[in-house]
Amino acid sequence: MVDTQRKLLLGNLACVHGAIYAGMRFFAGYPITPSTEVAEGCSRELPRIGGRFIQMEDEIGSIGAVVGASVSGVKAMTATSGPGYSLMVENIGYAYMTETPCVIINVQRGGPSTGLPTKGSQSDTMQARWGPHGDYTAIAVAPSTVGDTVTETIRAFNLAERFRTPVTILLDEVISHQREMISLPKPGEHQVVDRVKPTASPEEFEPFAHTAGGVSPMPAYGEGYRYVITGLTHDAMGFTTNRPDEIKLKLDKLRNKILNFKSEITKLRIEMMDDAEIAFVSYGSVSRAVLLAVALARKAGVKVGMIQLYTVWPFPDEELRDYLVGCHKVIVPELNMGQVVREVGRILPPDTEIHSLLRYDGEILTPMQLLEKLEEVM
Amino acid sequence: MEHKLLDRIEIPHDRFEIRLSGSGGQGMILGSVMLAEAIGTDYTKRVIQTQSYGPEARGGASKSDVVISSNEIYYPKAMQLDMLLTMTQESLDRYYGDLHKEGVLIVDSGLVTRIPTDNYYGLPFTRLAREEAGHVMVANVVALGAIAAFTGIVPRENLIEAVLSHAPRGTEDKNRAAVEIGYREAMKIAKKE
Repeated sequence: MVDTQRKLLLGNLACVHGAIYAGMRFFAGYPITPSTEVAEGCSRELPRIGGRFIQMEDEIGSIGAVVGASVSGVKAMTATSGPGYSLMVENIGYAYMTETPCVIINVQRGGPSTGLPTKGSQSDTMQARWGPHGDYTAIAVAPSTVGDTVTETIRAFNLAERFRTPVTILLDEVISHQREMISLPKPGEHQVVDRVKPTASPEEFEPFAHTAGGVSPMPAYGEGYRYVITGLTHDAMGFTTNRPDEIKLKLDKLRNKILNFKSEITKLRIEMMDDAEIAFVSYGSVSRAVLLAVALARKAGVKVGMIQLYTVWPFPDEELRDYLVGCHKVIVPELNMGQVVREVGRILPPDTEIHSLLRYDGEILTPMQLLEKLEEVM
Repeated sequence: MEHKLLDRIEIPHDRFEIRLSGSGGQGMILGSVMLAEAIGTDYTKRVIQTQSYGPEARGGASKSDVVISSNEIYYPKAMQLDMLLTMTQESLDRYYGDLHKEGVLIVDSGLVTRIPTDNYYGLPFTRLAREEAGHVMVANVVALGAIAAFTGIVPRENLIEAVLSHAPRGTEDKNRAAVEIGYREAMKIAKKE
């Protein structure tokens, strides 16, 4: 049988397919290597299905348009790379505060500043957690293959809608500019989540109501529910407040609506961990080199396994600790100067050794480099 | 440890790795995309295409790898090349060391002159494109035709179909001719051996 869904797909276009599958109908962006093909793909595909594509004047305008589109009831995203993400952080913070669901794709390249446009990197991992100022809890996912990129983009939209929050997809140049022969998901194969709409009458409606799950139902602007949206700290009605009890309630809401449901958000890939004495903990494109290194080391008789973090933020403290309980050594390879290694170190028992393997010269970690590190720590 | 781990590692040869390399603007990345698509029409094969280039639009080193396997491809980049195409002297100098000792080296013999081995195939792809196919821009496609002939990795018809799916309107004949010329010239050399 001919699989018409099978195609040689570019990582950046996998985002487009995943997003459209999840219901994305609005894209605003400003082109930047290595993310540009996401915008190109959206400009081709969205008009065909009644969606809207806008090339904005810059990244600040782009994320502003995305927030506005989402408030008017449309699933919206943008795509950029490190320098553009830096410009976007103010309005991403606005989206956290106003609890506006949206998806931001950061195709990471070397930095700081304009850095290395065509070289992969994982140096924005902490930025995805701490980009905007203030207290909030971030969600970020990290695919490692073209196929993953489709499913993780769908998941990112589902999480954004489910929790009324921005979600960052941490891609990198290695995945974004890679083409893989994959089968696209068929309709119905993946669940698609939509934001909960209010059932209260417009007169009784509270736009930032404190509900049991922490997530307030969200109408689209123009549906008859009139309310205020502001980046200032606000009460359940959306009005600015300086009352300590209401301030604390709002900030607790931003945190608890996510952390109380972490098990819905955490996603790990576990390989050969049953009897593992040494474990690699990785995320993003590096995971593929790890997978080969672990398979080769296992054939040579080494009890080593791997844990891949599809969800990087919120950091899966408890789940990771459970899987690492039998390991006495952990290696964290990253394409940066050491970011997630600190998070892993934070959750490990004091007698577990932690080793960092870092590369930040624009090239990617190879399976042989991982095996050399494994030999060194054994 | 009685034996060093690295000495005990055996990399299984279940992959076929191709690299197209040259200078930015020679169409190495597009060439590898067309090659990967043509190979991927065989449903029993898994294919990954990756690329590496500089920030310049023209010039600068450009390379693109195609990895083919019947098994799941964990690591997407090439590790030991089974075939290396070099369209410039610089790319040969830079990537020759990545070629497996039994790998196949193919060079544009009109542009590459210092070749560190006698064991290679040389064809003047750029000159053939300009003089026979009708435009210098199809040099990458001439090279693809030759790769199909030298390696047998993909049927010529599948390659032509993939190339034409990328050809701008009005260039179909030049592109088809380019594949045929590359294939024909490669067969002439291959038969001599």
